[in-house]
Amino acid sequence: MKLSKNFTNPLAANNPVIVQILGICSALAVTVKMEPALVMGLSVTFVCAFSNLIMSLLRNGVPSRIRIIVQLVVIATLVIVVDQFLRAYMYDVSKQLSVYVGLIITNCIVMGRVEAFALGNKPWDAFVDGVANGLGYAFILVLVAFFRELFGSGELFGIEILGDWYTPNALMLFPPMALIIIGCIIWVHRTINKDLQEK
Amino acid sequence: MGLRQFVDKIKPTFSEGGKLGFLHSTFEGFETFLFVPNTTTSKGAHIRDCNDIKRVMIVVVLALIPAMLFGMYNLGYQAGIEGILPAFWFGFLKMLPMIIVSYVTGLAIEFAFAQKRKHEINEGFLVTGLLIPMVMPVSVPLWIVALSTAFAVIIGKEVFGGTGMNVFNPALLARAFAFFAYTPQMSGEAVWYADGATGATALEQLSTTGAMQWSALDAFIGLIPGSMGETSTLAILIGAAILLFTGVASWRIMLSVFVGGLAFGYLFDAVGLTEFPAYYHLLVGGFAFGAVFMATDPVTSAQTNTGKWIYGFMVGALAILIRVINPAYPEGMMLSILFMNALAPLIDYFVVERNIARRKKLIKNVK
Repeated sequence: MKLSKNFTNPLAANNPVIVQILGICSALAVTVKMEPALVMGLSVTFVCAFSNLIMSLLRNGVPSRIRIIVQLVVIATLVIVVDQFLRAYMYDVSKQLSVYVGLIITNCIVMGRVEAFALGNKPWDAFVDGVANGLGYAFILVLVAFFRELFGSGELFGIEILGDWYTPNALMLFPPMALIIIGCIIWVHRTINKDLQEK
Repeated sequence: MGLRQFVDKIKPTFSEGGKLGFLHSTFEGFETFLFVPNTTTSKGAHIRDCNDIKRVMIVVVLALIPAMLFGMYNLGYQAGIEGILPAFWFGFLKMLPMIIVSYVTGLAIEFAFAQKRKHEINEGFLVTGLLIPMVMPVSVPLWIVALSTAFAVIIGKEVFGGTGMNVFNPALLARAFAFFAYTPQMSGEAVWYADGATGATALEQLSTTGAMQWSALDAFIGLIPGSMGETSTLAILIGAAILLFTGVASWRIMLSVFVGGLAFGYLFDAVGLTEFPAYYHLLVGGFAFGAVFMATDPVTSAQTNTGKWIYGFMVGALAILIRVINPAYPEGMMLSILFMNALAPLIDYFVVERNIARRKKLIKNVK
Protein backbone atom coordinates (compact mmCIF):
# COMPACT_ATOMS: atom_id res chain seq x y z
CA MET A 1 0.00 0.00 0.00
CA LYS A 2 2.66 2.48 1.04
CA LEU A 3 4.89 1.41 -1.79
CA SER A 4 2.26 1.92 -4.45
CA LYS A 5 1.50 5.36 -3.10
CA ASN A 6 5.21 6.13 -3.14
CA PHE A 7 5.17 5.24 -6.77
CA THR A 8 1.97 6.92 -7.98
CA ASN A 9 2.24 10.16 -6.01
CA PRO A 10 5.12 11.70 -7.99
CA LEU A 11 3.47 10.74 -11.25
CA ALA A 12 0.41 12.94 -10.81
CA ALA A 13 -0.62 14.55 -7.52
CA ASN A 14 2.89 15.56 -6.52
CA ASN A 15 4.54 15.73 -9.94
CA PRO A 16 8.04 17.26 -9.68
CA VAL A 17 7.60 19.48 -12.75
CA ILE A 18 4.01 20.69 -12.69
CA VAL A 19 3.41 20.77 -8.94
CA GLN A 20 6.83 21.40 -7.40
CA ILE A 21 7.95 23.41 -10.47
CA LEU A 22 11.41 21.79 -10.51
CA GLY A 23 13.56 20.95 -13.51
CA ILE A 24 11.94 23.63 -15.67
CA CYS A 25 15.15 24.72 -17.42
CA SER A 26 15.82 21.36 -19.02
CA ALA A 27 12.11 20.97 -19.78
CA LEU A 28 12.39 24.08 -21.95
CA ALA A 29 15.69 23.13 -23.54
CA VAL A 30 15.31 19.54 -24.68
CA THR A 31 11.66 19.30 -25.65
CA VAL A 32 11.84 20.47 -29.26
CA LYS A 33 11.70 16.86 -30.42
CA MET A 34 10.35 13.65 -28.89
CA GLU A 35 13.50 11.57 -29.10
CA PRO A 36 15.87 13.75 -27.04
CA ALA A 37 13.05 14.45 -24.58
CA LEU A 38 12.47 10.75 -24.01
CA VAL A 39 16.19 10.00 -23.65
CA MET A 40 16.60 12.92 -21.27
CA GLY A 41 13.66 11.72 -19.19
CA LEU A 42 15.04 8.20 -18.93
CA SER A 43 18.52 9.52 -18.08
CA VAL A 44 17.15 11.58 -15.23
CA THR A 45 15.11 8.58 -14.07
CA PHE A 46 18.28 6.46 -13.98
CA VAL A 47 20.31 9.07 -12.11
CA CYS A 48 17.51 9.84 -9.70
CA ALA A 49 16.79 6.19 -8.93
CA PHE A 50 20.39 5.11 -8.32
CA SER A 51 21.49 8.24 -6.46
CA ASN A 52 18.52 7.66 -4.17
CA LEU A 53 19.46 3.99 -3.74
CA ILE A 54 23.14 4.65 -3.07
CA MET A 55 22.56 7.54 -0.70
CA SER A 56 19.96 5.51 1.14
CA LEU A 57 22.49 2.71 1.62
CA LEU A 58 25.08 5.19 2.84
CA ARG A 59 22.68 7.25 4.94
CA ASN A 60 23.84 5.92 8.32
CA GLY A 61 27.53 6.19 7.47
CA VAL A 62 27.70 9.74 6.18
CA PRO A 63 28.11 12.55 8.75
CA SER A 64 25.41 15.13 8.15
CA ARG A 65 27.97 17.97 7.86
CA ILE A 66 29.50 16.59 4.68
CA ARG A 67 26.43 14.94 3.20
CA ILE A 68 26.01 17.49 0.37
CA ILE A 69 29.48 16.83 -0.99
CA VAL A 70 28.96 13.07 -0.80
CA GLN A 71 25.67 13.44 -2.65
CA LEU A 72 27.40 15.49 -5.32
CA VAL A 73 30.06 12.84 -5.83
CA VAL A 74 27.45 10.13 -6.19
CA ILE A 75 25.24 12.13 -8.54
CA ALA A 76 28.18 13.34 -10.63
CA THR A 77 29.48 9.81 -11.04
CA LEU A 78 26.08 8.58 -12.21
CA VAL A 79 25.75 11.49 -14.64
CA ILE A 80 29.16 10.70 -16.14
CA VAL A 81 28.07 7.08 -16.58
CA VAL A 82 24.94 8.23 -18.40
CA ASP A 83 26.89 10.70 -20.51
CA GLN A 84 29.45 8.10 -21.59
CA PHE A 85 26.72 5.60 -22.32
CA LEU A 86 24.85 8.03 -24.56
CA ARG A 87 28.04 8.97 -26.41
CA ALA A 88 28.85 5.35 -27.02
CA TYR A 89 25.46 4.05 -28.08
CA MET A 90 23.30 7.06 -29.05
CA TYR A 91 25.74 9.56 -30.47
CA ASP A 92 23.19 11.64 -32.43
CA VAL A 93 20.91 12.11 -29.45
CA SER A 94 23.91 12.86 -27.26
CA LYS A 95 24.87 15.62 -29.73
CA GLN A 96 21.37 17.08 -29.61
CA LEU A 97 21.26 17.05 -25.83
CA SER A 98 24.76 18.59 -25.69
CA VAL A 99 25.41 20.17 -22.29
CA TYR A 100 22.05 19.23 -20.85
CA VAL A 101 23.19 15.71 -20.01
CA GLY A 102 25.99 17.11 -17.86
CA LEU A 103 23.56 19.55 -16.34
CA ILE A 104 21.50 16.71 -14.87
CA ILE A 105 23.81 17.21 -11.87
CA THR A 106 22.15 20.56 -11.26
CA ASN A 107 18.62 19.23 -11.80
CA CYS A 108 16.83 20.13 -8.60
CA ILE A 109 14.72 16.99 -8.71
CA VAL A 110 17.73 14.65 -8.20
CA MET A 111 19.25 16.44 -5.25
CA GLY A 112 15.83 17.28 -3.87
CA ARG A 113 14.79 13.65 -3.72
CA VAL A 114 18.08 12.58 -2.14
CA GLU A 115 17.82 15.27 0.52
CA ALA A 116 14.11 14.93 1.16
CA PHE A 117 13.59 11.22 0.84
CA ALA A 118 16.63 8.96 0.47
CA LEU A 119 18.39 10.17 3.63
CA GLY A 120 15.45 9.13 5.78
CA ASN A 121 14.16 5.97 4.12
CA LYS A 122 15.13 2.40 3.41
CA PRO A 123 16.95 1.57 0.13
CA TRP A 124 14.04 -0.08 -1.67
CA ASP A 125 11.60 2.75 -0.86
CA ALA A 126 14.19 5.31 -1.91
CA PHE A 127 14.79 3.48 -5.17
CA VAL A 128 11.06 3.39 -5.99
CA ASP A 129 10.75 7.06 -5.10
CA GLY A 130 13.63 7.91 -7.44
CA VAL A 131 12.14 5.93 -10.31
CA ALA A 132 8.72 7.47 -9.80
CA ASN A 133 10.02 11.04 -9.66
CA GLY A 134 12.17 10.47 -12.72
CA LEU A 135 9.21 9.04 -14.60
CA GLY A 136 7.00 11.92 -13.50
CA TYR A 137 9.59 14.28 -14.95
CA ALA A 138 9.97 12.19 -18.11
CA PHE A 139 6.21 12.10 -18.62
CA ILE A 140 5.90 15.89 -18.65
CA LEU A 141 8.93 16.22 -20.93
CA VAL A 142 7.49 13.80 -23.44
CA LEU A 143 4.08 15.46 -23.25
CA VAL A 144 5.56 18.89 -23.94
CA ALA A 145 7.77 17.49 -26.71
CA PHE A 146 4.73 15.80 -28.25
CA PHE A 147 2.96 19.13 -28.76
CA ARG A 148 6.11 20.96 -29.78
CA GLU A 149 7.25 18.44 -32.36
CA LEU A 150 3.78 17.74 -33.71
CA PHE A 151 2.82 21.38 -34.22
CA GLY A 152 6.32 22.78 -34.71
CA SER A 153 7.53 20.36 -37.36
CA GLY A 154 4.48 18.22 -38.15
CA GLU A 155 6.43 15.14 -37.09
CA LEU A 156 6.69 12.65 -34.22
CA PHE A 157 10.02 10.88 -33.61
CA GLY A 158 11.14 12.33 -36.95
CA ILE A 159 8.30 10.65 -38.87
CA GLU A 160 5.97 12.95 -40.75
CA ILE A 161 2.50 12.87 -39.23
CA LEU A 162 0.78 15.98 -40.54
CA GLY A 163 0.94 16.23 -44.30
CA ASP A 164 1.93 19.03 -46.65
CA TRP A 165 -1.22 20.99 -45.90
CA TYR A 166 0.10 21.81 -42.46
CA THR A 167 2.15 24.98 -42.06
CA PRO A 168 4.61 24.40 -39.21
CA ASN A 169 4.27 26.82 -36.32
CA ALA A 170 7.81 28.10 -35.79
CA LEU A 171 6.97 29.55 -32.39
CA MET A 172 6.63 25.99 -31.08
CA LEU A 173 10.36 25.53 -31.66
CA PHE A 174 11.23 28.47 -29.40
CA PRO A 175 11.61 27.89 -25.64
CA PRO A 176 8.88 30.40 -24.63
CA MET A 177 6.25 28.13 -26.15
CA ALA A 178 7.47 25.24 -23.95
CA LEU A 179 6.83 27.44 -20.94
CA ILE A 180 3.32 28.23 -22.21
CA ILE A 181 2.62 24.53 -22.83
CA ILE A 182 3.79 23.63 -19.32
CA GLY A 183 1.52 26.41 -18.08
CA CYS A 184 -1.40 24.89 -19.94
CA ILE A 185 -0.61 21.43 -18.51
CA ILE A 186 -0.58 22.95 -15.01
CA TRP A 187 -3.89 24.65 -15.80
CA VAL A 188 -5.52 21.35 -16.82
CA HIS A 189 -3.92 19.50 -13.90
CA ARG A 190 -5.22 21.96 -11.33
CA THR A 191 -8.66 22.01 -12.87
CA ILE A 192 -8.80 18.27 -12.26
CA ASN A 193 -7.09 18.30 -8.84
CA LYS A 194 -9.02 21.08 -7.13
CA ASP A 195 -7.13 20.74 -3.84
CA LEU A 196 -3.99 22.08 -5.53
CA GLN A 197 -5.59 25.40 -6.42
CA GLU A 198 -4.18 28.34 -4.50
CA LYS A 199 -6.75 30.43 -2.72
CA MET B 1 -44.57 44.94 -28.66
CA GLY B 2 -41.69 47.22 -27.83
CA LEU B 3 -38.15 46.01 -27.57
CA ARG B 4 -38.08 46.62 -23.82
CA GLN B 5 -41.13 44.44 -23.27
CA PHE B 6 -39.65 41.73 -25.44
CA VAL B 7 -36.37 41.75 -23.51
CA ASP B 8 -38.25 41.65 -20.21
CA LYS B 9 -40.37 38.79 -21.47
CA ILE B 10 -37.46 36.55 -22.42
CA LYS B 11 -35.37 37.52 -19.39
CA PRO B 12 -36.54 34.68 -17.07
CA THR B 13 -35.53 32.09 -19.67
CA PHE B 14 -31.95 33.29 -19.45
CA SER B 15 -31.77 33.91 -15.71
CA GLU B 16 -30.42 31.53 -13.10
CA GLY B 17 -32.51 28.36 -13.21
CA GLY B 18 -34.16 29.23 -16.51
CA LYS B 19 -34.14 26.99 -19.52
CA LEU B 20 -31.22 28.75 -21.16
CA GLY B 21 -29.66 29.88 -17.88
CA PHE B 22 -26.17 28.94 -18.98
CA LEU B 23 -26.35 31.70 -21.60
CA HIS B 24 -27.06 34.43 -19.04
CA SER B 25 -23.81 36.35 -19.76
CA THR B 26 -24.63 36.46 -23.43
CA PHE B 27 -28.11 37.70 -22.68
CA GLU B 28 -26.80 40.32 -20.31
CA GLY B 29 -24.26 41.42 -22.91
CA PHE B 30 -26.97 42.03 -25.48
CA GLU B 31 -29.34 43.62 -22.98
CA THR B 32 -26.78 46.19 -21.87
CA PHE B 33 -25.91 46.69 -25.51
CA LEU B 34 -29.51 47.75 -26.16
CA PHE B 35 -30.35 49.50 -22.89
CA VAL B 36 -28.51 51.33 -20.15
CA PRO B 37 -28.34 48.93 -17.18
CA ASN B 38 -30.61 49.93 -14.30
CA THR B 39 -28.54 48.33 -11.57
CA THR B 40 -26.17 50.24 -9.30
CA THR B 41 -22.96 49.11 -7.72
CA SER B 42 -23.81 47.89 -4.25
CA LYS B 43 -20.48 47.75 -2.45
CA GLY B 44 -17.06 49.34 -2.49
CA ALA B 45 -16.13 52.92 -3.26
CA HIS B 46 -17.03 54.00 -6.75
CA ILE B 47 -17.11 57.17 -8.78
CA ARG B 48 -20.33 58.24 -10.45
CA ASP B 49 -19.40 58.99 -14.01
CA CYS B 50 -20.96 58.75 -17.44
CA ASN B 51 -17.79 57.09 -18.74
CA ASP B 52 -17.84 53.31 -18.63
CA ILE B 53 -15.72 50.75 -20.44
CA LYS B 54 -18.26 50.63 -23.24
CA ARG B 55 -18.08 54.35 -23.95
CA VAL B 56 -14.29 54.45 -23.73
CA MET B 57 -13.99 51.54 -26.13
CA ILE B 58 -16.41 53.13 -28.61
CA VAL B 59 -14.30 56.30 -28.61
CA VAL B 60 -11.19 54.28 -29.40
CA VAL B 61 -13.01 52.51 -32.22
CA LEU B 62 -14.08 55.93 -33.57
CA ALA B 63 -10.49 57.12 -33.38
CA LEU B 64 -9.38 54.06 -35.33
CA ILE B 65 -11.82 54.66 -38.16
CA PRO B 66 -9.82 57.32 -40.10
CA ALA B 67 -6.77 55.06 -40.18
CA MET B 68 -8.90 52.08 -41.15
CA LEU B 69 -10.71 53.87 -44.00
CA PHE B 70 -7.46 55.24 -45.30
CA GLY B 71 -5.84 51.82 -45.02
CA MET B 72 -8.61 50.35 -47.18
CA TYR B 73 -8.13 53.03 -49.83
CA ASN B 74 -4.36 52.58 -49.71
CA LEU B 75 -4.68 48.85 -50.38
CA GLY B 76 -6.46 49.60 -53.62
CA TYR B 77 -4.05 52.42 -54.44
CA GLN B 78 -1.05 50.13 -53.94
CA ALA B 79 -2.69 47.52 -56.15
CA GLY B 80 -2.78 50.15 -58.89
CA ILE B 81 -6.53 50.76 -59.00
CA GLU B 82 -7.63 54.13 -60.44
CA GLY B 83 -10.14 56.34 -58.69
CA ILE B 84 -10.84 56.81 -55.04
CA LEU B 85 -14.04 54.77 -54.71
CA PRO B 86 -12.95 51.68 -56.71
CA ALA B 87 -9.65 51.61 -54.80
CA PHE B 88 -11.49 51.92 -51.50
CA TRP B 89 -13.96 49.21 -52.47
CA PHE B 90 -11.09 46.89 -53.43
CA GLY B 91 -9.39 47.42 -50.06
CA PHE B 92 -12.70 47.13 -48.22
CA LEU B 93 -13.32 43.69 -49.69
CA LYS B 94 -9.78 42.60 -48.77
CA MET B 95 -9.98 43.81 -45.20
CA LEU B 96 -13.56 42.86 -44.32
CA PRO B 97 -12.93 39.08 -44.05
CA MET B 98 -10.02 39.69 -41.67
CA ILE B 99 -12.08 41.97 -39.45
CA ILE B 100 -14.94 39.46 -39.38
CA VAL B 101 -12.62 36.53 -38.60
CA SER B 102 -10.89 38.44 -35.82
CA TYR B 103 -14.18 39.52 -34.20
CA VAL B 104 -15.88 36.15 -34.50
CA THR B 105 -12.92 34.22 -33.05
CA GLY B 106 -12.22 36.65 -30.24
CA LEU B 107 -15.82 37.24 -29.23
CA ALA B 108 -16.64 33.53 -29.30
CA ILE B 109 -13.80 32.87 -26.84
CA GLU B 110 -14.73 35.86 -24.67
CA PHE B 111 -18.37 34.74 -24.54
CA ALA B 112 -17.38 31.18 -23.70
CA PHE B 113 -15.14 32.31 -20.81
CA ALA B 114 -17.72 34.76 -19.51
CA GLN B 115 -20.31 32.01 -19.55
CA LYS B 116 -18.04 29.55 -17.77
CA ARG B 117 -16.82 31.98 -15.14
CA LYS B 118 -20.23 33.57 -14.69
CA HIS B 119 -19.09 37.15 -15.15
CA GLU B 120 -20.18 39.90 -17.51
CA ILE B 121 -18.91 40.13 -21.02
CA ASN B 122 -16.46 42.97 -21.28
CA GLU B 123 -16.25 45.31 -24.19
CA GLY B 124 -12.46 45.33 -24.37
CA PHE B 125 -12.43 43.08 -27.37
CA LEU B 126 -14.28 45.62 -29.50
CA VAL B 127 -11.00 47.51 -29.84
CA THR B 128 -8.66 44.52 -29.90
CA GLY B 129 -10.72 42.87 -32.62
CA LEU B 130 -10.29 45.89 -34.85
CA LEU B 131 -6.63 46.45 -33.98
CA ILE B 132 -5.59 42.92 -34.93
CA PRO B 133 -6.43 43.14 -38.66
CA MET B 134 -4.98 46.64 -38.78
CA VAL B 135 -1.50 45.49 -37.75
CA MET B 136 -1.38 42.47 -40.07
CA PRO B 137 -0.14 42.41 -43.67
CA VAL B 138 -2.96 42.17 -46.19
CA SER B 139 -2.01 38.81 -47.70
CA VAL B 140 -1.89 36.93 -44.39
CA PRO B 141 -4.12 33.80 -44.50
CA LEU B 142 -7.33 34.07 -42.49
CA TRP B 143 -6.57 31.01 -40.36
CA ILE B 144 -3.44 32.76 -39.08
CA VAL B 145 -5.61 35.71 -38.06
CA ALA B 146 -7.98 33.34 -36.25
CA LEU B 147 -5.19 31.39 -34.55
CA SER B 148 -3.29 34.44 -33.32
CA THR B 149 -6.51 36.05 -32.10
CA ALA B 150 -7.33 32.90 -30.15
CA PHE B 151 -3.81 32.80 -28.70
CA ALA B 152 -3.92 36.45 -27.68
CA VAL B 153 -7.33 36.20 -26.03
CA ILE B 154 -6.70 32.93 -24.17
CA ILE B 155 -3.02 33.13 -23.22
CA GLY B 156 -2.72 36.92 -23.19
CA LYS B 157 -5.94 37.82 -21.46
CA GLU B 158 -8.21 35.13 -20.08
CA VAL B 159 -5.55 33.25 -18.11
CA PHE B 160 -4.75 36.49 -16.28
CA GLY B 161 -8.41 37.01 -15.43
CA GLY B 162 -9.91 38.74 -18.46
CA THR B 163 -10.24 42.36 -19.53
CA GLY B 164 -8.32 44.75 -17.34
CA MET B 165 -6.04 42.09 -15.86
CA ASN B 166 -3.81 41.41 -18.85
CA VAL B 167 -0.09 42.14 -18.68
CA PHE B 168 0.43 42.49 -22.42
CA ASN B 169 -1.52 44.33 -25.07
CA PRO B 170 -3.63 41.54 -26.67
CA ALA B 171 -3.56 42.96 -30.20
CA LEU B 172 0.22 43.20 -30.17
CA LEU B 173 0.47 39.75 -28.65
CA ALA B 174 -1.58 38.42 -31.56
CA ARG B 175 0.82 40.09 -33.96
CA ALA B 176 3.87 38.82 -32.08
CA PHE B 177 2.48 35.28 -32.13
CA ALA B 178 1.85 35.43 -35.88
CA PHE B 179 5.21 37.08 -36.48
CA PHE B 180 7.28 34.46 -34.69
CA ALA B 181 5.17 31.45 -35.61
CA TYR B 182 4.63 32.22 -39.28
CA THR B 183 7.48 34.55 -40.18
CA PRO B 184 7.35 33.94 -43.96
CA GLN B 185 3.65 34.88 -44.06
CA MET B 186 4.13 37.94 -41.85
CA SER B 187 7.22 39.72 -43.14
CA GLY B 188 9.47 39.99 -46.13
CA GLU B 189 8.67 41.40 -49.54
CA ALA B 190 5.76 39.26 -50.68
CA VAL B 191 3.11 40.02 -48.11
CA TRP B 192 2.29 43.71 -48.34
CA TYR B 193 0.30 43.84 -51.57
CA ALA B 194 -3.21 42.63 -52.15
CA ASP B 195 -2.73 41.65 -55.78
CA GLY B 196 0.29 39.36 -55.47
CA ALA B 197 2.84 42.03 -56.34
CA THR B 198 5.99 42.10 -54.23
CA GLY B 199 8.16 44.84 -52.90
CA ALA B 200 9.85 45.97 -49.73
CA THR B 201 8.09 48.39 -47.41
CA ALA B 202 9.51 51.82 -46.79
CA LEU B 203 10.87 50.58 -43.48
CA GLU B 204 12.68 47.63 -45.05
CA GLN B 205 14.16 49.85 -47.74
CA LEU B 206 15.38 52.28 -45.12
CA SER B 207 16.98 49.58 -43.02
CA THR B 208 18.75 47.87 -45.94
CA THR B 209 19.67 50.74 -48.26
CA GLY B 210 19.29 53.83 -46.10
CA ALA B 211 16.82 55.44 -48.51
CA MET B 212 13.25 54.86 -49.65
CA GLN B 213 11.58 55.30 -53.01
CA TRP B 214 8.74 57.40 -51.56
CA SER B 215 8.91 61.00 -50.40
CA ALA B 216 8.45 61.95 -46.76
CA LEU B 217 5.11 63.53 -47.71
CA ASP B 218 3.87 60.25 -49.22
CA ALA B 219 4.90 58.49 -46.03
CA PHE B 220 3.10 61.09 -43.94
CA ILE B 221 -0.12 60.84 -45.93
CA GLY B 222 0.26 57.07 -46.04
CA LEU B 223 0.59 56.18 -49.72
CA ILE B 224 3.20 53.49 -48.97
CA PRO B 225 2.83 49.72 -48.59
CA GLY B 226 2.53 48.35 -45.07
CA SER B 227 0.11 46.80 -42.60
CA MET B 228 -3.43 47.99 -43.15
CA GLY B 229 -3.76 50.56 -40.41
CA GLU B 230 -0.23 51.75 -39.92
CA THR B 231 0.72 53.54 -43.14
CA SER B 232 -0.97 56.91 -42.76
CA THR B 233 0.58 59.06 -40.07
CA LEU B 234 -1.98 61.74 -40.95
CA ALA B 235 -5.01 59.52 -40.30
CA ILE B 236 -3.39 58.26 -37.10
CA LEU B 237 -2.89 61.84 -35.91
CA ILE B 238 -6.61 62.50 -36.49
CA GLY B 239 -7.29 59.48 -34.29
CA ALA B 240 -4.83 60.79 -31.74
CA ALA B 241 -6.67 64.13 -31.68
CA ILE B 242 -9.95 62.32 -30.95
CA LEU B 243 -8.35 60.26 -28.17
CA LEU B 244 -6.71 63.29 -26.57
CA PHE B 245 -9.76 65.54 -26.90
CA THR B 246 -11.99 63.00 -25.17
CA GLY B 247 -9.30 62.28 -22.59
CA VAL B 248 -9.33 58.56 -23.30
CA ALA B 249 -5.61 58.19 -23.99
CA SER B 250 -2.79 59.70 -21.98
CA TRP B 251 -1.07 62.64 -23.70
CA ARG B 252 1.97 62.02 -21.51
CA ILE B 253 2.55 58.60 -23.01
CA MET B 254 1.87 59.69 -26.57
CA LEU B 255 4.18 62.67 -26.35
CA SER B 256 6.98 60.86 -24.57
CA VAL B 257 6.93 58.00 -27.10
CA PHE B 258 7.50 60.51 -29.89
CA VAL B 259 10.14 62.33 -27.84
CA GLY B 260 11.97 59.08 -27.08
CA GLY B 261 11.83 58.00 -30.70
CA LEU B 262 13.09 61.32 -32.00
CA ALA B 263 15.82 61.53 -29.38
CA PHE B 264 17.24 58.14 -30.28
CA GLY B 265 16.65 58.79 -33.98
CA TYR B 266 18.80 61.93 -33.79
CA LEU B 267 21.34 60.16 -31.61
CA PHE B 268 21.86 57.38 -34.16
CA ASP B 269 21.88 59.94 -36.95
CA ALA B 270 24.56 61.93 -35.15
CA VAL B 271 26.85 58.95 -34.63
CA GLY B 272 26.37 57.93 -38.25
CA LEU B 273 24.43 54.69 -37.87
CA THR B 274 21.58 55.86 -40.08
CA GLU B 275 21.74 57.77 -43.35
CA PHE B 276 18.31 59.35 -43.36
CA PRO B 277 16.69 62.13 -41.34
CA ALA B 278 15.59 61.02 -37.89
CA TYR B 279 11.98 62.12 -38.33
CA TYR B 280 11.58 59.44 -41.04
CA HIS B 281 11.37 56.96 -38.19
CA LEU B 282 8.09 58.51 -37.07
CA LEU B 283 6.57 58.38 -40.55
CA VAL B 284 7.32 54.83 -41.69
CA GLY B 285 6.32 51.50 -40.23
CA GLY B 286 4.17 51.12 -37.17
CA PHE B 287 5.77 53.76 -34.98
CA ALA B 288 2.94 56.31 -35.03
CA PHE B 289 0.26 53.62 -34.85
CA GLY B 290 1.93 51.96 -31.90
CA ALA B 291 2.50 55.25 -30.12
CA VAL B 292 -1.12 56.39 -30.45
CA PHE B 293 -3.15 53.19 -30.15
CA MET B 294 -0.96 50.53 -28.56
CA ALA B 295 1.39 52.19 -26.08
CA THR B 296 -1.48 54.19 -24.56
CA ASP B 297 -3.53 51.11 -23.67
CA PRO B 298 -4.61 52.05 -20.13
CA VAL B 299 -4.41 48.49 -18.84
CA THR B 300 -0.89 47.58 -19.89
CA SER B 301 0.88 50.95 -19.62
CA ALA B 302 2.27 52.58 -16.50
CA GLN B 303 -0.34 54.09 -14.16
CA THR B 304 1.55 56.86 -12.38
CA ASN B 305 2.21 60.15 -14.15
CA THR B 306 5.99 60.02 -13.73
CA GLY B 307 5.85 56.37 -14.69
CA LYS B 308 4.02 57.28 -17.90
CA TRP B 309 6.82 59.62 -18.95
CA ILE B 310 9.47 56.96 -18.34
CA TYR B 311 7.37 54.23 -19.96
CA GLY B 312 6.60 56.28 -23.06
CA PHE B 313 10.16 57.48 -23.52
CA MET B 314 11.50 53.94 -23.22
CA VAL B 315 8.94 52.61 -25.73
CA GLY B 316 10.01 55.14 -28.33
CA ALA B 317 13.72 54.83 -27.62
CA LEU B 318 13.74 51.02 -27.63
CA ALA B 319 11.73 50.87 -30.85
CA ILE B 320 14.36 52.95 -32.66
CA LEU B 321 17.17 51.04 -30.98
CA ILE B 322 15.81 47.72 -32.28
CA ARG B 323 15.14 49.17 -35.73
CA VAL B 324 18.64 50.52 -36.14
CA ILE B 325 20.85 48.07 -34.26
CA ASN B 326 19.14 44.73 -34.83
CA PRO B 327 19.05 43.79 -38.51
CA ALA B 328 16.77 40.79 -37.86
CA TYR B 329 13.83 43.00 -36.92
CA PRO B 330 13.28 45.98 -39.21
CA GLU B 331 10.26 46.91 -37.07
CA GLY B 332 10.95 47.42 -33.38
CA MET B 333 7.70 48.97 -32.21
CA MET B 334 5.92 45.71 -31.45
CA LEU B 335 8.79 44.28 -29.41
CA SER B 336 9.50 47.51 -27.55
CA ILE B 337 5.87 48.00 -26.48
CA LEU B 338 5.54 44.37 -25.34
CA PHE B 339 8.80 44.66 -23.42
CA MET B 340 7.74 47.86 -21.71
CA ASN B 341 4.32 46.31 -20.96
CA ALA B 342 6.22 43.78 -18.89
CA LEU B 343 8.24 46.50 -17.14
CA ALA B 344 5.36 48.93 -16.53
CA PRO B 345 4.42 47.55 -13.08
CA LEU B 346 8.07 47.77 -12.03
CA ILE B 347 8.28 51.41 -13.11
CA ASP B 348 5.11 52.17 -11.16
CA TYR B 349 6.49 50.37 -8.12
CA PHE B 350 9.61 52.52 -8.03
CA VAL B 351 7.70 55.75 -8.65
CA VAL B 352 5.37 54.95 -5.75
CA GLU B 353 8.24 53.90 -3.47
CA ARG B 354 10.10 57.11 -4.24
CA ASN B 355 7.03 59.15 -3.46
CA ILE B 356 6.59 57.38 -0.14
CA ALA B 357 10.25 57.98 0.74
CA ARG B 358 9.92 61.68 -0.13
CA ARG B 359 6.81 62.13 2.01
CA LYS B 360 8.46 60.29 4.92
CA LYS B 361 11.40 62.64 4.75
CA LEU B 362 8.97 65.56 4.83
CA ILE B 363 7.46 64.32 8.09
CA LYS B 364 10.90 63.92 9.65
CA ASN B 365 11.82 67.49 8.74
CA VAL B 366 8.66 68.87 10.34
CA LYS B 367 9.43 67.09 13.58
